[in-house]
Amino acid sequence: MTDRALSVVRAGALTTVQDRGRPGHAHLGVPHSGALDGPAAELANRLVGNRPEAAVLETTLNGCAVRPRSTVTVAVAGAPCRVTVDGRPVAWGAPVRVPAGALLDVGAAVSGVRSYVAVSGGVAVEPVLCSRSTDLLSGLGPPPLTDGTVLPLGSPEVPHARVDVAPQPAPPAELVLRVTAGPRDDWFTAEAVRTFTSRVYRVSSASNRIGLRTEGPALERARSGELPSEGMVLGAVQVPPDGRPVVFLADHPTTGGYPVIAVVRAADLPAAAQAVPGTPVRFVAVRRR
Amino acid sequence: MRALPVGDGALLVEVASGEEAQALHAELLRRRAEGSLSVREIVPAARTVLLDGLADPARLASELTATQLPPTPPRTHDVVELPVRYDGPDLADVAALWGVGEAEVARIHASTEFRVAFCGFAPGFGYLAGLPSRYDVPRRATPRTAVPAGSVGLAGPYTGVYPRSSPGGWQLIGTTDAVLWDHARVPAALLSPGTRVRFVPVGPVGPVGAP
Repeated sequence: MTDRALSVVRAGALTTVQDRGRPGHAHLGVPHSGALDGPAAELANRLVGNRPEAAVLETTLNGCAVRPRSTVTVAVAGAPCRVTVDGRPVAWGAPVRVPAGALLDVGAAVSGVRSYVAVSGGVAVEPVLCSRSTDLLSGLGPPPLTDGTVLPLGSPEVPHARVDVAPQPAPPAELVLRVTAGPRDDWFTAEAVRTFTSRVYRVSSASNRIGLRTEGPALERARSGELPSEGMVLGAVQVPPDGRPVVFLADHPTTGGYPVIAVVRAADLPAAAQAVPGTPVRFVAVRRR
Repeated sequence: MRALPVGDGALLVEVASGEEAQALHAELLRRRAEGSLSVREIVPAARTVLLDGLADPARLASELTATQLPPTPPRTHDVVELPVRYDGPDLADVAALWGVGEAEVARIHASTEFRVAFCGFAPGFGYLAGLPSRYDVPRRATPRTAVPAGSVGLAGPYTGVYPRSSPGGWQLIGTTDAVLWDHARVPAALLSPGTRVRFVPVGPVGPVGAP
């Protein structure tokens, strides 16, 4: 193998390869996938001189550690964390040089959930349907990292950005999700619709890349029976029989049979990707644009 | 026809039947091919078609609700033939539900022309419509934790083939060696919405290892 590669020394709780996902195949049952906090992944890429769509590593809560076989530039964005190279602290949210054979350790998230690690040249695993993203629902793309995984890297195209540190939004202490009603709000009682947009929910620890699950008041249906399966969008707030809203994230199923009470604005989903379990969630009704 | 807005950039178009959904889907594909419809995803389902990634959903909604659909979907696809051994573990249960013998289940199933109504559940999993409604069957009360790839199953009004091993609650009547999904192949999916499908029986009827 070429020396344009990364060895995974500590895979962490769940570290996956992500890019902008594989849109356009939902009719075949292929989820969109892609980085949950897209702006953070793109910022990390810009910092190292990659194109915004280059594949990066997405960590979950406790980071990861990798050893590049050749000297690379890396940047860590998203959830703030301690970053070290061979044990020496280096900057988070800025381009950092990692010499060949040195150990880059991306520590546990100090706040937020997912850190994004961009490496100059990008992670160059074989694309599937034009994307390198790991899709945890369908199993497309590379499997989640394990200790000892070797990831090929692409060739750097341009020099890294000349910045000391880039501003980034802080992970949310309270997650405010703007929603537009429907398409199936008529499956719920008027009381349930009021409850949904006035009470406080909390992020459940059962959340994952498929959906942000919540705990809080159950939403009562106004009708019984089953909804025939229908297409689902990113940000759809599906309400399963237990009545607790689930916000669909990147690896969501393309069709589903539980009614969607509302849809979260796309601009609010990156913050949802960084909300730790227990974070208060408020769904705020807004008018359709 | 009813067009429900979904978020800021999508539309869920609801119709009265699966046949109408197929006709609407065909019409939307035709408009996209001729360049009069710009949309990222067109996702047909049981009674709906979802259009995602629209610049102006409200305008399309009013256009569509004024549209007269052709009564039957055009036959634009060749028939895909899937070789099948009618050897599934639920063949006897399905025979009992249909009130016929196992060989008759195979005969009825293999003499039906199916059409992929929609895909979902897993990449390459098609919901195949075509059996008369008297042959609807319920899902199994307890889903299996692992259904082998290639299993041919029935649930509700649909037939489906598992593209890969996964948990599942469909009534399994047979097995095919056809590769439903191969991401290294173009196209990756053997079946896509609108594809016509026939099952071609191979080998004897009955569960593997049955006396």
